[in-house]
Amino acid sequence: MRYSGFKVIKEALTGHKGWTPAWRDPAPQAHYDIIIIGGGGHGLATAYYLAKEYKQKRIAVLEKGWIGGGNVGRNTTIIRSNYLLDGNEPFYEFSLKLWEGLEQDFNYNAMVSQRGILNLIHTDAQRDAFIRRGNAMILNGADAELLSTEQIKARYPFLNTEDARFPIKGGLAQHRGGTVRHDAVAWGYARGADSHGVDIIQNCEVTGFRIENGKCLGVETSKGFIGAGKVGCAVAGSSSRLMARADMRLPMESHVLQAFVSEGLKPVLPGVITFGAGHFYCSQSDKGGLVFGGDLDGYNSYAQRGNLPVVEDVCEGGMAIFPSFGRARLLRMWGGIMDMSMDGSPIIDRTHIDGLYFNGGWCYGGFKATPASGFCFAHLLATDAPHPTATAYRFDRFEKGLMIDEKGMGNQPNLH
Amino acid sequence: MIIDHPLLGPRDSSEFTYMGDAKLIDRPDPDADTAARDFYEYGYLRDNPAGWHDELWFHEAGDRSWLVVTRNTLTHEISKVQLARDVARNRGRSK
Amino acid sequence: MTQVNRIGRAQVDFTKTLKFSFDGKSYTGHPGDTLASALLANGVRLMGRSFKYHRPRGPLSAGSEEPNALVELRGGARQEPNTRATTVELFDGLLAKSQNRLGSLKFDLLSINDRFSNFLTAGFYYKTFMWPAAFWEKLYEPIIRNAAGLGSLSLQDDPDVYDKGFLHCDLLIIGAGPAGLSAALTAGRAGADVILADEDFRMGGRLNSETFAIGDASGADWATATVAELASLPNVRLMPRTTVIGAFDHGIYGAVERVSDHMHTPDAGKPRQVLWRIYTKHTVLAAGAIERPIAFENNDRPGIMLASALRTYANRFAVAADRRVAIFTNNDDGHRTASDLHARGVKVVAVVDTRTEAPRSMDYEVLQGQVVDTKGRLGLTFAEVKLADGSMRTLDCGALGLSGGWNPNVHLTCHQRGRPTWNADLAAFVPGDDLPPGMVVAGAAQGDLSTADALAGGAKAARAALGLKGRMPALPEAEDAPVNITPFWYVKGCSRAWLDQQNDVTVKDVKLSHQEGFRSVEHLKRYTTLGMATDQGKTSNMGGLAIMAELAGKAIPEVGTTIFRPPYTPTAIGVLAGRHRGQEFHPKRLTPSHKWAEEQGAVFVEVGNWLRAQWFPKPGETHWRESVDREVLATRKSVGVCDVTTLGKVDVQGTDAAAFLNKIYCNGFAKLAVSKTRYGLMLREDGIAMDDGTAARLAEDHFVVTTTTANALPVYRHMEFVRQCLCPDMDVQLISTTEAWAQYAVAGPNSRKLLEKIVDQDISNDAFPFMACANITICGGLRARLFRISFSGELAYEIAVPTAYGDALMRKIMEVGAEFDVTPYGTEALGVMRIEKGHAAGNELNGTTTAQNLGMGRMISSLKDCIGKTLSQREGLNADGDLRQVGIRPVDPNDPVPAGAHLMNADGPIDAAHDQGYATSACYSPNLGHAIAIGFLKNGSDRMGERMRLVSPLTKVQVDVEITSAHFIDPEGERLRA
Repeated sequence: MRYSGFKVIKEALTGHKGWTPAWRDPAPQAHYDIIIIGGGGHGLATAYYLAKEYKQKRIAVLEKGWIGGGNVGRNTTIIRSNYLLDGNEPFYEFSLKLWEGLEQDFNYNAMVSQRGILNLIHTDAQRDAFIRRGNAMILNGADAELLSTEQIKARYPFLNTEDARFPIKGGLAQHRGGTVRHDAVAWGYARGADSHGVDIIQNCEVTGFRIENGKCLGVETSKGFIGAGKVGCAVAGSSSRLMARADMRLPMESHVLQAFVSEGLKPVLPGVITFGAGHFYCSQSDKGGLVFGGDLDGYNSYAQRGNLPVVEDVCEGGMAIFPSFGRARLLRMWGGIMDMSMDGSPIIDRTHIDGLYFNGGWCYGGFKATPASGFCFAHLLATDAPHPTATAYRFDRFEKGLMIDEKGMGNQPNLH
Repeated sequence: MIIDHPLLGPRDSSEFTYMGDAKLIDRPDPDADTAARDFYEYGYLRDNPAGWHDELWFHEAGDRSWLVVTRNTLTHEISKVQLARDVARNRGRSK
Repeated sequence: MTQVNRIGRAQVDFTKTLKFSFDGKSYTGHPGDTLASALLANGVRLMGRSFKYHRPRGPLSAGSEEPNALVELRGGARQEPNTRATTVELFDGLLAKSQNRLGSLKFDLLSINDRFSNFLTAGFYYKTFMWPAAFWEKLYEPIIRNAAGLGSLSLQDDPDVYDKGFLHCDLLIIGAGPAGLSAALTAGRAGADVILADEDFRMGGRLNSETFAIGDASGADWATATVAELASLPNVRLMPRTTVIGAFDHGIYGAVERVSDHMHTPDAGKPRQVLWRIYTKHTVLAAGAIERPIAFENNDRPGIMLASALRTYANRFAVAADRRVAIFTNNDDGHRTASDLHARGVKVVAVVDTRTEAPRSMDYEVLQGQVVDTKGRLGLTFAEVKLADGSMRTLDCGALGLSGGWNPNVHLTCHQRGRPTWNADLAAFVPGDDLPPGMVVAGAAQGDLSTADALAGGAKAARAALGLKGRMPALPEAEDAPVNITPFWYVKGCSRAWLDQQNDVTVKDVKLSHQEGFRSVEHLKRYTTLGMATDQGKTSNMGGLAIMAELAGKAIPEVGTTIFRPPYTPTAIGVLAGRHRGQEFHPKRLTPSHKWAEEQGAVFVEVGNWLRAQWFPKPGETHWRESVDREVLATRKSVGVCDVTTLGKVDVQGTDAAAFLNKIYCNGFAKLAVSKTRYGLMLREDGIAMDDGTAARLAEDHFVVTTTTANALPVYRHMEFVRQCLCPDMDVQLISTTEAWAQYAVAGPNSRKLLEKIVDQDISNDAFPFMACANITICGGLRARLFRISFSGELAYEIAVPTAYGDALMRKIMEVGAEFDVTPYGTEALGVMRIEKGHAAGNELNGTTTAQNLGMGRMISSLKDCIGKTLSQREGLNADGDLRQVGIRPVDPNDPVPAGAHLMNADGPIDAAHDQGYATSACYSPNLGHAIAIGFLKNGSDRMGERMRLVSPLTKVQVDVEITSAHFIDPEGERLRA
C-alpha cells in the first residue's frame, strides 16, 4: 500500500477501514538466501537495500523481540556527517545523503529535519581541531561553517555567554545535520523491506550458528533451525554475546549510554547544539520535548539503565550553557547498550567464517549511520566486497595498526 | 553504585575511574615469538560478557588503588573487590 | 468570585485566606489547598487544553498522576511550564496561566483540530507531508512544531538556587500513607535510622482522603498523631514534599525535596529544591495505588474525573467538583465515593455500575448499565447512560466520577528493569519478583488495597527489612473491605473515548494501531504516543493495554507489561544540576602566582580546570598580539618568566624507580646519571604517543617526572596501573605532586644571571650544564628544585618551590630581575616560542600520532621493552608515506598559515583524495617577522623546501607555503647550552 496525503484523506472519510498492517507477520521458512540477525535500524535497512538496490531474493530479518526496540528506538535522533578522518567522513556523508532522500525512497515520513547541528568551541586548541575537521568535511564534499560567537548568539539568544565558566569562542556548524523521528526509521525500513518481499520475523531469538567446515549454514533460533546462504549480524549492543556463539571475540565492550527527554515545551531550540566543555548535547523534538544526552556511564553494562552521577553530569552541562532550562522538567531517562569499539569506529566486514558477516561497533553513533550502514552491509552481503565508502571498517585494522580513532583516545572503549 | 574497597570500605563509584577488563593485568611477554599477535589480542579483543566480569577500577578520588571488581554486567551486582596488586601477584606478575 | 463549591470542613485552614490568580482572574483559597482544589472550590473546572485536539481539560486526579490540569505557574524568570495544578500547594499571590492554547482558554482557536480529528489519527504524520520533499521542513514541520509542545519556558536564566545532599539510613520508606506510616512506626520504635519521604505536603496519603476510622480516630487524625510520634523520634527523618524519583544501583535513591515551591519566592539563602542522594540498606515502597478511569465516548470533559479524586476533593479539601455528581464504576470503591459525597450533602444523581451484582443504596440511585456519552462544551452537563435493559437515561450532572479499579503504583519497582506481574483478582499489575535489591513493597503498592492490610503490610515489611524478631505488635482496627471488581475497560462500540487525555489517544487509535500491526505494547506506545505524556501513562497505559489484548484475542500480560522509567514524576533540570552552573560549573584551579598575575592585569585562559595567564597587557597595548610579541622578543633578548605550575608532576621513588621509568617511557632511563634530566616520550600500550615530559634524577632512587598540563591525571593513572597491575613487585612509589610545587620557567640569555641572584649554589654552565637538575636552596636556605630544561629554546631553567612560596618567589624573581628587564610571559608567548622551536604540544600529541609521526621514531629504544613498543611496530603505523612533523612558512611573508588548514600539492585538485597533511599549530613569529606553523605532512621529512598550498576552505584561506624544518629558531640548539 502506498501512503499519500490523498490516501489519508480518503481513509479519514471512510472510517479508516482500508489501512493494512505495515508489515506482514510471516512464519519463518526453512531456508533463506540471506538472513539478517537483528530487527533494528541497521538490520532492517540492510534487508531493505538488499532487496531494493541489490535485487536479492529470499531474505529474512530475525528479531528476538519486537522490531525497532533496540537502539533505534532509544537514541537522541541526531543525524550529521561532521567527521574528521578519511575512513569515516565519506561514509557518514553518504549516510546523510541517503537521509536526504529517504522518505521519498521508502514512502514513509520519518520527519528528517535538517535543522543543523552546532558544536561549540571553547578553547583555541579546540578551534584549531574544529577548523581541521571542518576543512576535512568540505574536502570530502560535506558542508561546514565556522560561526562566530555573535552568530551563535543570534541563533541562540538565551545561550550563556555572559557567565560561562568556559567561554564560547565560536562553533562549527553543519547545516545539513539535524534530527529524524527515530521509530519511523525502523518502521519505514520494515515496511519498505516487507513490501519487497523480506520476511520480518519477530520474537525469534538466534541461539546459535550452525557452522560446518568453516562455513555458516544457518542459525538455530527459538523457532527452530533456519538455513541460510549468508548470515549477516546487526545486533548493536549485543554483538559480543551473539558472536561468542560463533566463538568470536570482538574488539569491543558494551556500555550504557543514557538519554533524556523533557516535558513538551513550545519551540525554543532551532537545531542540535553540542557543548564542547562538558557532556551535553540537545535538540528539541517536533512534539516539543528537549531531547538530550551526554557521556557514557563508563562501565561495561548490559543493563539498559544508568545511574545518577551521569544524570547529574549531563544536567550540569545543560545548565552551564542554558541556565533557563532549570525550570524545564526532565520527563524520562533511559539507557541503551552501545557496542563501544576499540577505536570508536564501526566494523562492516566478513568474518573468518564463510557466509557469516558482521556489522557492529557503532558506539553511540549508530543512528545517524543507519541508511549507509544498511546500504554498505547490503553491498557487502550481495557482492562480497566492501562498499567504496566503508572500506576502512575492517576487523583486521587493529592488528594492522590502521585504527580510525576520531577522538584519539586509543584502545579504551569508554573513552570514545 | 557502591564499591566496597578492601581497605577503605564502601565508597561511591563516582570516586573511581573505570578502565575495563581485568585481563589487562595479563600483559603478554614481549619477547615471545607470538608477541605481535598476543599484544593485538591483549590490546583489542574482549570477552565482554553479559554476566560476571572482573574489571579494573582506579580509586582516583581516593587512595589511588587499582581494584579488581567482580561485577555482573546484567544486574550491576558486585560480588568481590580485591586490590589489583594482589590479583596481579596471584597471576604471577612481579617486576 | 466566591468559593461556591466549598462543602463543610476538612484539612484546609479556613481561618486564613490566600489570594491567587488564574488566567488573570483573582480567586481565593486557603492554606492546605492545592491550586486545583482551590479552582474547583471557585467553580472553575476548565484548566487546560489537550495536546493534539485542544480539547477542554479539567483535572482528572487529585495527585501527581495528573495528565490534564497543567498550567504555567508563576511568571517572569520563574515561570514553570506544565505544572500540575493538582500538586501545587496554594500560596498567597500565586499566579498561574493556562497553556497550549491560541486565544483564550475558553475560545482556543486550535480547537479546530478537534474538527479534523478524523484526519489526525494515530501515526497520520508518517503517511503524509512527504510531497514535495522540501515542504516538510519549510512548511509542515514549522506548523506542527508551533502547534505542539505544551507550556513555554521564559528563556530567562533560572534565578533560583538548587542544592544537593547525601543521606544515609537503615530504612527508606517511600510514601506516608497507612502502609508507610505503619512501617515507619515499626522501624522507628525499633530504633532504626529511618527516612520517610512523601511527595505530598501533608503526610497520610489516602488517609487524608478517606472517612473511615483507624482504631478510635479518623484515619486522618491517626495519620496526624502518627506523624507527630515519628517527629519526636530522633532516629526518624520525615521528608514531606519529597519525591523519590528513582531507584538506582546498590540502594541509592534519588529524591527531590521541594523546599520552597510552596512559597512565593524562596527565603533568602534557601534553595528552591534539593536533590538528595539517599543511601539505604533497605527500602519499603509504600507508594499506594492509582485509580484508573473507564473509556467511553467523550469521557474527557472537565468535570469527569477519577472517583477517588472526587473523594479527595470532598474529604480533604472540602470541595465538591460540582453540586450534582454521578459515578461510573465497575467495583465497590465507586460506591464509597458516592456515599462520602452524599454524606457531605452533594447530590449523587446516580451510581452507574457495570456489574450485574451492584450493591444497593438507600441514599442514591444505583443503575446497572454504562455511561455511553456525555455533553457539555467546556465542562460536563449531561451523561447518557445505557441501562442493562437497553433503555437510555440522561443524567443531569456537572461531575462524573470514574472508578475502573486501582493500579498498584509499581513505578519504582521497574527502575532496575523489574517487570510487574498480572493479578487477576485485582485486574491489575502488581510488583514482580525482580525488585531492586533491598526493596520490599507494602500496602496498596503491593496490591493490598484495604487499610487494615496496608497497616499490617507496612509493619511486616519494616520488620522483614530490619530482621526484627518477636511478636508482631497489635495494630489498630481499620477498614478491611474486600476488592470486588469485574474488569471493565471500555464501552463497546465507542471510538472517541479517551485513554491518554493529555496526548489525545483514544480507543479508535488503539484499534487503528492493532489494524496496522503495531500490536506489542512497545509498538502501541510508540505509534499512538499512548503513555508518552508527562504522566508516563500512569492513568492511561492499562486501558490501552487491555483494549489491545481484547483486539488481539490475548490475555493482558501477553500483550506486554507497562514498565516505568525514572523519574517518578518530572523533575526540574535545575535541581539535577544543583549549584554546578555559571562560574561554578567546574571548579577553578589557580596557580600560586594567580593573585600576582591579576595584579599585573593578566588576561587568563582556561586550560582544563586551570586558569593560566595568557598574556600580560601593558598600558597602551590595544591588541593581544602586541603584548605577546613583546613578551616573546623580550624573553629571547633578555629574560622572561612564566608560571608552569600546571604541568603535571609525579614523584617517583624506590630502588626500582629507574627500571620503572624505563618501562613507561619509550626511551631509556636506566643509565640517566643522578643530577641529570632527560626528555621522555611515553606511549600508550597501543603504540601511539601518549604524553611527553621530562624526568629528572635527583638521586639514585628518586626521579621527578613532569607531564603536560592536560594529561597530568591520565598519565598518573597510567603510571599507577603499570606499577600496581603490571609490576606489583617493583620497589617504586608514586605520588602526584602537581599541587605541591610551584614551578616557573625562567628563560632567555639572562636567565642564569637572574637566578644567580637568588640561588644559593653555583649554577654556572660548568657546574649546572644543560639538562642538569638539583635540589637547591634559594634566598639563603629555602628548599627548591632547579632544572635546566627549555621549552622556549633559550638558555632556560625551571625552578620549583613548595606551593606556599610560589607567590613570594614570583615576586622575588620580578624584583631581582628588574635590572634585566625581566618580562612575565603567558601561555601565548609560551606557545609562540615552542612553535618557533618546533616542540610538539597538545595539538601534535593528539592521540593519533606516533613517535615516528613526531620525528622521534628513533627514540624507541631497541634495547628494552616499554609500554606500547610491540604494538607501535604494526605495519599501519610504519607505512611508507607516513605523516611527519614539519614546519610550514608562507611564501609571501604577509600570508597567514592557519592551524587546521590542510596541505595540498602545489598543483592538482583540492579535495580529500589529494590531502597531504595539515597544520596543527600556528602563530606569528615576531622573531622571523611572518607567520609560521608546524604540522604533519605525508613523507614530510623528505619534502623540505617543497612548495605546497595550505588550504582552509572553511575559513576561505588558501596560501602558497614552503615546507621547512619545524625548528625555526636555533636549529642547532646552541642557545640551550649557552
